[in-house]
Amino acid sequence: MSSTKQRDDRRAAWWFLAPVLTGFAVFYGYPAIRGAWYSVTDYTMLNTPAFVGADNYDKLVHDSQFWRSLLVTIWYVVLNIGSQTVLALLVAALMHRLTRSVLLRATLLLPWLVPNVTVGLLWMWLLDTNLGFVNHLLTALGVGPVGFLTDATLAMPSIAAINTWAYTGYTALLLYAGMLQIPQYLYEGASIDGAGEWRMFRSITLPLLRPILALVLVVSLIGSFQIFDTIAVTTQGDPAGATRVLYYFIYQQAFSYFQMGYASAAAVFLALILGILTAVQLRLLRASTSDLT
Amino acid sequence: MRKLFGWAVLGIIVVATVFPFWWMIRTALTPAADLLTDNAGLLPREPTLINFERVLGLTSEAEARAAGGSGAHIDFARYILNSIIYCTLIATFQTLFCAMAGYAFARLRFPGRDLMFAVIISALMVPPIFTLLPNFVLVKDLGLINTMAGMVAPTLLMTPFAVFFLRQFFLSLPRDVEEAAILDGNGPWGIFWRIALPMSRGPLITIGLTTIVWAWKDFLWPLLVGRGEDNRLVTVALGVFLQQSPNTQPDWTGLMAASTLSVVPVAILLIFMGKRLVQSLNFTGSK
Repeated sequence: MSSTKQRDDRRAAWWFLAPVLTGFAVFYGYPAIRGAWYSVTDYTMLNTPAFVGADNYDKLVHDSQFWRSLLVTIWYVVLNIGSQTVLALLVAALMHRLTRSVLLRATLLLPWLVPNVTVGLLWMWLLDTNLGFVNHLLTALGVGPVGFLTDATLAMPSIAAINTWAYTGYTALLLYAGMLQIPQYLYEGASIDGAGEWRMFRSITLPLLRPILALVLVVSLIGSFQIFDTIAVTTQGDPAGATRVLYYFIYQQAFSYFQMGYASAAAVFLALILGILTAVQLRLLRASTSDLT
Repeated sequence: MRKLFGWAVLGIIVVATVFPFWWMIRTALTPAADLLTDNAGLLPREPTLINFERVLGLTSEAEARAAGGSGAHIDFARYILNSIIYCTLIATFQTLFCAMAGYAFARLRFPGRDLMFAVIISALMVPPIFTLLPNFVLVKDLGLINTMAGMVAPTLLMTPFAVFFLRQFFLSLPRDVEEAAILDGNGPWGIFWRIALPMSRGPLITIGLTTIVWAWKDFLWPLLVGRGEDNRLVTVALGVFLQQSPNTQPDWTGLMAASTLSVVPVAILLIFMGKRLVQSLNFTGSK
């Protein structure tokens, strides 16, 4: 009985898995191997790739543009994750203590539903130096027009702010969902003991939210490291490389200069960062899961 | 009092969330010639639909030029339709195929199952840009540049996350119903179609909706593979439109009209599926 069942399963399993295994092999497995191979060749999309050993990696380590793009990326991640997480926590905590409104949640989700390209265009217009709404406001207040996206020091913080606008609602809803799992009686008890809102947030909400917070941080960090669309639309890496993040660096090497081999080496590097990040954070996450019981 | 303060903060956040959209629509309704003088009020002094008409390709080239356009051919009705086709294809097939695989990994017994699953999951750690370059070369070699087939190919069959997510769900389904179905003489296919799928409407909608939103926002891949007019998606078209700006000053009224159009379908989705979407975040966030 059990042996016939097993044989049946085996045949059925191949049919169940055929599309996914095909997709995985052709568009994940094979290109991953091919990408690693490109990274040790001089491939330009026009030639037959020839093996060049560690040349691309050697060049990468000595490329000041590459290191700058790494620094720029980290700067972006710090600004974006910092502001986004704090704001999202605030919004989530307020909603948690004040309302369950679906309308409010849907409204906060809207910027996340919109393509990043649209978000980029929208803010490029709002922040436009001559005609943008924000600069009208600033001029009316007596502060001269500010080149938010054209000034080398302001460009990256401006882009971080734009993406904070786009993703805070989404992040807040994830955190809010986590907060809903915290038993209500804890707050009632603390309230009877005379604890204020800030104290309850610090000693009930935050510790019990930690597993979810860690998970949300992983997702945001990994997303943040891969920022591309907003920059491709607004600054295209300018002014003078101030917003040329890693993803954009790789994109330019591959599709503007056709340095496929070199771009792949940089992609391997980025993949390593993200891989390590994912692994470390997943471990942290597993370690703190016990808090929620 | 403290509550009032909390509501005030939420109120500010809601205004900050909604106002940019309002300004987008407001600009789209403003005649391009008025942009310099009419930029303070919440409503344009002389609202016009000409910007929408010209980005939808409803005006002649001369009319579009007179209204501030570059004169290049633009048809956002077409691009939106392309995006809808793109989203529908990917969401439908990816959800179905990943549900089949998720079910097999959760319920069927066959050699190599756990190893295969582990290999697929490890792909979660590989950033898209790593496979993007070789995938581009592959699609180019297959002659699929500027075709819908080339655009949907890498995501039509699967994503590791969808397989992972749906397997998790199938693992949590109670087994007794399925066992009863086996006694009734159902094979794996029968159980999957008649029992497992109908019981998984929630997670399937979650994955489907998430995929639709993701596909609607997708930019880099369709930019590389589908720049041609015939299959151009909304996101790619917006980028091309921005680059077509003839002068130093972009065609803002036209761009905002096109941006508004790119928001309409997701706004409709939010109106009809808002509750589901909001709940689906809960689901993905906590599991």
